[in-house]
Amino acid sequence: MASYNTSEFKSGLKFIMDGDPYTIVENEFVKPGKGQAFNRVRIRNLKTGRVIDKTWKSGEKVEAADVMEVDMEYLYEDGEFWYFMEPTTFEQHAAGETAIADVKHWLKPQEKYIITLWNGTPLSATPPNFVELKITECDPGVQGNTAQGATKPATVETGAQIKVPLFVEEGEVVKIDTRTGEYLSRVKEG
Amino acid sequence: MNWSPSATQKVRKLRAGMLQDIRAFFFEQDVLEVDTPALSKAGNTDPYIQSFRFDNSLSSRYLHTSPEYSMKRLLAAGSGDIYQICKVWREGESGNNHNPEFTLLEWYRVGFSYQQLMQEVASLLLQLLPSLKKDSQICSYEQLFLEKFKINPHIASKETLANCVSENINGLSADSLDKQAMLDALLTHCIEPDFDKSCLTFVFDYPASQSALAQIREQADYSVAERFEVYIGSIELGNGYQEEVDYQRNKLILHSENLMRKKCNLETVTEDFLFLEASRKGIPRSAGVAIGLDRVLMCISGEKSIQKVINFPWDQA
Repeated sequence: MASYNTSEFKSGLKFIMDGDPYTIVENEFVKPGKGQAFNRVRIRNLKTGRVIDKTWKSGEKVEAADVMEVDMEYLYEDGEFWYFMEPTTFEQHAAGETAIADVKHWLKPQEKYIITLWNGTPLSATPPNFVELKITECDPGVQGNTAQGATKPATVETGAQIKVPLFVEEGEVVKIDTRTGEYLSRVKEG
Repeated sequence: MNWSPSATQKVRKLRAGMLQDIRAFFFEQDVLEVDTPALSKAGNTDPYIQSFRFDNSLSSRYLHTSPEYSMKRLLAAGSGDIYQICKVWREGESGNNHNPEFTLLEWYRVGFSYQQLMQEVASLLLQLLPSLKKDSQICSYEQLFLEKFKINPHIASKETLANCVSENINGLSADSLDKQAMLDALLTHCIEPDFDKSCLTFVFDYPASQSALAQIREQADYSVAERFEVYIGSIELGNGYQEEVDYQRNKLILHSENLMRKKCNLETVTEDFLFLEASRKGIPRSAGVAIGLDRVLMCISGEKSIQKVINFPWDQA
């Protein structure tokens, strides 16, 4: 079984603890003038997303996790699974609800997502930082109103609820930052 | 490929200035600058410090982890007060405050007590870091644990310490730790973070189990190692001893460190027989200290990681 020594610890390293896959968020090496060194580590459970602190004696080992991040295209959902495809091999992967829970409202067919695979099974999906989505529902636009800060609720084609400026109309395409859920601009359709 | 230095020109100038100030300080105190080998036949037996070792068909050598053994041979030869600024290497020590190759300032004062040496360390560091408050925090190891945990670290039982670890440190299992490791964990995780960033903090009189090559003082209930460490905030800058000068004791220390290595499944290290021979001849009563200069430079420059004060840190070297 492949393993990592604490001296190999760095952000992004993936390993198994108590049967769950984790990734290292932050690693700090501490050592008194004379005596035992430790690695104080902040780790994220890749299944639950929970972040916890953990300390290892330096020199201890953890079991390496077979975790990969792969770019995939979102295809469709059938109510039970969400299907993604590797664009080079056309290989399809079915992701369960927990894996896509965080990004459910940002899933747009043909868009590229980073899928984290553990032993070949999708664990989580990361959307692109910016997506362009069509407004499917909002109050009529107020023309000429560009006042800073004035917004109204809107729903986009993927189901996400966002806030848009008052002048935005139903049917328009807008650019959104998926990390914050914030409206960035209107997209002129060609 | 990143060929360019990680430190800025400003930091390079600060380093050059720092080295000049240190040499001026010791010139004024009449302490002699000396030079000793980096590659030696013997290595550091300390089980918590790993030496780099080089083997070829003719010999096996260790890169020194500090110039301690050979500087003590100079003391035994009658050198008087000496200092050295040199590169040292410690395998596996990497982090924000650690680079496996770093610059050490080590000096020895003949006839000094470790308290006197603490004074001198303070006056050098205050000269290098004039913005620090002049009054230092000076606290015994015992006092720190009594104040923080109401535990006397010298006599606390393993159970008391294990409970203290599980109450105060998230995500560390005390099962795999011996008493010293538990004390080390509590010190580094819970006590050091509280140290004042605006002045020096001195901690002195360590548990006898952590004496290394320091003298041990017997007291009524327990004995302590006559050692001190100096900090700015939680950054440890240096480590000083009332040097153990007794030959039999030194021989025993190196030997028991190697036994400890076996117990921990670490490779044993050739004990420094030349140091021991010098110790048999007689090392004068003295106090010595080693200061990590890259960390001092971090404090001078305000850089938050050691990689920012070293031109080519480990990953770029």
